[in-house]
Amino acid sequence: MSNKNSTGYILMYTCLVTLICGITLYIISSVLKPAQEANIELNRKKSILATIITIDKTWDAKKIESTFESRVKGYVIDYSGKKLDGKDVGSVNIEAENKKPVKERLYPVYEIASESNPSQTEYYVIATSGKGLWDKISSFISLKKDLKTINAVVFDHKAETPGLGARIKDDQVVYSRYAGKTIFDGDKLTPVIMKKGEGNDYSDNPHAVDGMSGATKTAVGVNEMMDEYLSAYENFLKSKIN
Amino acid sequence: MSTSTAEPIVKPKRESLFSKKNRTLLTDPLDANNPVTVQVLGICSALAVTVQMEPAFIMTIGLTFVTAFSNLFISLLRNTIPSRIRIIVQLAVVATFVIIVDQVLKAFFYDISLKLSVFVGLIITNCIVMGRLEAFAMANKPWPSLMDGIGNGLGYGLILMSVAFLRELFGSGSVFGFKVFEALSIPYTPNGMMMIPAGAAIIVGLLIWIQRARNGYRETE
Repeated sequence: MSNKNSTGYILMYTCLVTLICGITLYIISSVLKPAQEANIELNRKKSILATIITIDKTWDAKKIESTFESRVKGYVIDYSGKKLDGKDVGSVNIEAENKKPVKERLYPVYEIASESNPSQTEYYVIATSGKGLWDKISSFISLKKDLKTINAVVFDHKAETPGLGARIKDDQVVYSRYAGKTIFDGDKLTPVIMKKGEGNDYSDNPHAVDGMSGATKTAVGVNEMMDEYLSAYENFLKSKIN
Repeated sequence: MSTSTAEPIVKPKRESLFSKKNRTLLTDPLDANNPVTVQVLGICSALAVTVQMEPAFIMTIGLTFVTAFSNLFISLLRNTIPSRIRIIVQLAVVATFVIIVDQVLKAFFYDISLKLSVFVGLIITNCIVMGRLEAFAMANKPWPSLMDGIGNGLGYGLILMSVAFLRELFGSGSVFGFKVFEALSIPYTPNGMMMIPAGAAIIVGLLIWIQRARNGYRETE
């Protein structure tokens, strides 16, 4: 073997290692990509449905797909609240849209039909995206048919601290605090604010929820996200209310 | 007539795969040479992923896979790696395995991958992985290196699970998500300090103390 520390050998070795690692990862990633994309898509549908029904472990992929198919109708709107025909709601990446200026973004809306009367819309689900303490956070908010009362909020996050900020997603106690709160004060849009500190009673305040101890920064991110997106959906919400 | 007597050909005795020496490689890191409590490596993730037991468990499997296979591959390559770029080569191998773990989780264990989020990627920076490559795999044969990798991954996991058990039990009142105190109808107020990294640091400190007192380990001067 030639000298292991010669420049030629080192160069050749580096190239070879890079090439082998690169090709291995390329193959693995291409093989697994369809399964990963299917998971992401299924997770989106599951999160949307979770804003109106409890989805437990008995729900398999098939049941989620068929329920979504039969009850949910999605479409895309712009900032003015106008429905954009010809845009596929499934292709709208809420995180990518978040990088655009507020008025240029596409906003998905999902109408969920009543189980007993499929021609009647029972809930409206809107999607939000923002920044938590460490990375992106997002949510689906379902509004009752008055479009003023929050039915439920389902959060998601990339990297919030487990047990602290991640409670927005994992701890039912935290996200269920939003249920029944109101986003309008008369005609004025008033987002629901997650307060600092935990263990306080906000049951008489329709625009505030109890905070998360040890995760104030995540709560700030949640509040900013809610504020930004509810304002962005305001035109749409008002056009539907009237 | 030849007077020379034929020398008996002494075949070097092959060491069995699970000889005492090889078994020690597997069991030593669990106790006497534990990477966390004795060598004090991998502390960062022992603080980060131990709030609940489930992520800690998956992290243990992920890290054991990475230490085992990077040890194996680096050991196979050890005679070809130019010493001047050995750390870079080790890092490339480790990173490849970590990405494989991450991709597989995303494809087949999506819910768990969401729970672990960044921590899988952070295995790359776990000192135990690189530490074992430098200290063991670069100088030993593939099989013992594999054993050493598995042993150290499990040794790390043992501490991780112990810390996670105590933190989840006293911080959330549950074990693997099962509400223990509620089930036993014992009123319990969760201890908030267990949820924050400081709580983990105290538990890790106590574990190191117990371990060293038991084994009589002393830092060399």
